[in-house]
Amino acid sequence: MAQHLAHPTSTGLDSRKLAMWAFLASDCMFFGSLIAMYEVSKDRSVVGPFPHEVFNIPYTSVSAFVLLMSSLAMVLALSGIQNANMRRFRIWIATTGLLGLVFLAGQVYEFTFFWRHEHMTLSHNLFGSSFFTLTGFHGTHVAIGVVWLFSLFLASFKKGLVTQEKSLNVEIAGLYWHFVDIVWIVIFTVVYLLSGAG
Amino acid sequence: MATQVAVGQARVEAEPFAQPRGLWSWLTTIDHKRIGILYGVTALLFFFIGGIEAMLIRVQLAAPNNDFVSADQFNQLFTMHALTMIFLGVMPLSSAFFNFIIPLQIGARDVAFPRLNAFSYWVFLLGALLLNAGWFFGEAPNTGWFSYANLTSPAYSPGHNVDYFVLGLQVLGISSLAAAFNFLVTIINMRAPGMSMMRLPVFTWMTLITSILIVLAFPALTVGVTLLMFDRFFSTNFFIPAAGGSPLLWQHLFWVFGHPEVYILILPAFGIISEILPTFSRKPLFGYSAVVFAGAGIAVLGFGVWAHHMFTVGMGPVPNAVFSIATMLIALPTGVKIFNWIGTMYGGHLDFRTPMLFAVALVGMFIIGGLSGVMHASPPVDSQQQDSYFIVAHLHYVLFGGSIMGLFGGIYYWFPKITGKMYKEALGKLHFWLMLIGFNITFFPMHWVGIEGMPRRIYTYNSGYGWDLWNLISTIGVFVLAIGFVVFIVNMWLSVTLGEKAADDPWDGATLEWTTPSPPPLYNFKHTPRVTSRIPFWSQKYPEVYGDDDHFHHHATDAAADDHAAEHAPASAHAVAHDEHAHEEAIHLPNPSYWPLVTAIGLTLVFAGFRWNYAYHAITYIGVVTLVVGIYSWALEPAMDDPAEHAEAH
Ligand SMILES: [Cu+2]
Repeated sequence: MAQHLAHPTSTGLDSRKLAMWAFLASDCMFFGSLIAMYEVSKDRSVVGPFPHEVFNIPYTSVSAFVLLMSSLAMVLALSGIQNANMRRFRIWIATTGLLGLVFLAGQVYEFTFFWRHEHMTLSHNLFGSSFFTLTGFHGTHVAIGVVWLFSLFLASFKKGLVTQEKSLNVEIAGLYWHFVDIVWIVIFTVVYLLSGAG
Repeated sequence: MATQVAVGQARVEAEPFAQPRGLWSWLTTIDHKRIGILYGVTALLFFFIGGIEAMLIRVQLAAPNNDFVSADQFNQLFTMHALTMIFLGVMPLSSAFFNFIIPLQIGARDVAFPRLNAFSYWVFLLGALLLNAGWFFGEAPNTGWFSYANLTSPAYSPGHNVDYFVLGLQVLGISSLAAAFNFLVTIINMRAPGMSMMRLPVFTWMTLITSILIVLAFPALTVGVTLLMFDRFFSTNFFIPAAGGSPLLWQHLFWVFGHPEVYILILPAFGIISEILPTFSRKPLFGYSAVVFAGAGIAVLGFGVWAHHMFTVGMGPVPNAVFSIATMLIALPTGVKIFNWIGTMYGGHLDFRTPMLFAVALVGMFIIGGLSGVMHASPPVDSQQQDSYFIVAHLHYVLFGGSIMGLFGGIYYWFPKITGKMYKEALGKLHFWLMLIGFNITFFPMHWVGIEGMPRRIYTYNSGYGWDLWNLISTIGVFVLAIGFVVFIVNMWLSVTLGEKAADDPWDGATLEWTTPSPPPLYNFKHTPRVTSRIPFWSQKYPEVYGDDDHFHHHATDAAADDHAAEHAPASAHAVAHDEHAHEEAIHLPNPSYWPLVTAIGLTLVFAGFRWNYAYHAITYIGVVTLVVGIYSWALEPAMDDPAEHAEAH
């Protein structure tokens, strides 16, 4: 919406894109702090369950794969709008959002399973607190991303809101989406692969 | 003035450039100058409240076994004094200058995201009210500004006191982050042609570094406060040892934020005096690049020293040694800055107006605070000084003697530009001397009383430790400070209402803000300035000393603008855009908007709902709905009218 402000910028980089990079740098520190919290807390529970007792790595690998594929779909959606191919944009942006929804559904199922079968809750033990907080904040990021993606999808049906000239709007959403995916790779490695195997 | 503007803008669009009036225009403003004024006035108001809190603290401590306030009231007072001065006084006063001055210094019409800028202010104001709301219920935060776990756990802090701390800091953190993204992008992306990074005024540089520090340091606070919020509202046990939680985790998260925060508080003041000292020494800043790189060096090192606040928790000799050495290293870039400031004054034609007095005082007081800081960079020394009044003396010498001296210098320095009026020099000097003397009477004795063992944060003490006299002297000092503040307010009030009109360039300044009229028009610059030197206005005014005309001019083909430059006449009196430049010079200003305010209200309600959790968290849900409506309306509202329409109008 602010592109009219954009007289050519000093760096040539669009201001909104630069702001998104700054936000992602900040979000890096946010997740960095959360991951540090998880590492400090996960093995200090005084009652079970403990990390290696609950994780289902094959299951989570599938949902990680789903999220990764959504990044691919995001790339295709962006290339669609950049080439003024509205049909391709709509198909792939909707696919990205749907894959995000599948990931979220997987997380909801996982959380419910831990709660029903392992009696793990946010307040039951320190592992539960740190696990649900870390993955919950990531899930919130995914959920915001899904809302954003579907907003772009719906906006594309109103004339002039999502166009080739305004493809930067999509590109910025993409930056955010890819970042959220990368964070999941880190969480999957640190939380599931490294501490779940022990 | 309005007519002059209208003349200049007749062919573009006359009406939007008249200065809007009334309460609604302030609620919807997205003009960086007005937002700057809002920040400044609000910050001074909270500075006043924080000062009252300090006076009550000092009255209580004036004599042994005093019962002027209760122990719990005392806890609330010292906690809120610190939070108020840090988050509601110094930071927003710095923001006031970021807002008003930065776009002018870099030759821009506004910040990169004007509506986000308004949002930052409203979130700050509402967060400040939320943080202070506890006063109305007699339970303001009372666990100290760093609120160590597990004193803050529901078991030890069953009241709502800590809730206001948690929720208020959440909201204030979002305000600081939003503003930091904005200024980071503005400074990198909105510079006038020719203003390379190494030509940025030092105040702009320090603002950029401060913004980067906020972007990278505040998330740690957000996470810490979020975990504490979960502990208090969702029964988690992050900081509760009985359940395995680690209180030390809080200390690490807090100080990973808290130490960079110290530089967030001081670097803007360093930037301000790096503008004042050259102006009143009639010399360019000595060692510009050294000052800039020293600022960056302080910022980088500032992320590696947080545990010097934790020498006494038992981290062991190796971490203590590492953090001790890193802390001492920071003295190097800081020393570089001090030598450069002294070098700037050396051999200059010093003009001791009020801003200059404050700038020189900063250098002197900060040296004292810096030296005591290097002392407790050593763990064995720190073990003696930890939690004593020596620390209170140290931190006030850097934050009051440093930050606040610099910020008040900035108020006097830019007062003519911001208000268009001249302050009363005699009253300014009187304020300065009362403040400098009152400050030293208040805080210098704290070094002694600290070395003699008086712990900080005790609400009273027995006679016979040798503390009585020093405490009484400190209390007398705070009243001198208070008189100084009254003189300041009287001066501001008299000057704004009755003061004589200020010249556009009263100090013969070197930077672009002085090329604009006082106060600057809505659009700041009629023509985008072109910059070819670090001191563009001096290059233009004194070409024989600081470069020739080629080094700085408004517009190559604009004779009117060049004439104006030679005469120092107000830009608005001249310079209709020439026909051949009608399109590139057409001024498009963004429209006012109330959505930033609506969004800020929604965001604050979301957090406030945790404190007032009536009727199934109704307030939180109302907040969520308001927030979502605000965000979508904001995103879909055109930031400004379509330039195509202007083109058609031509
Ligand atoms: Cu520190």
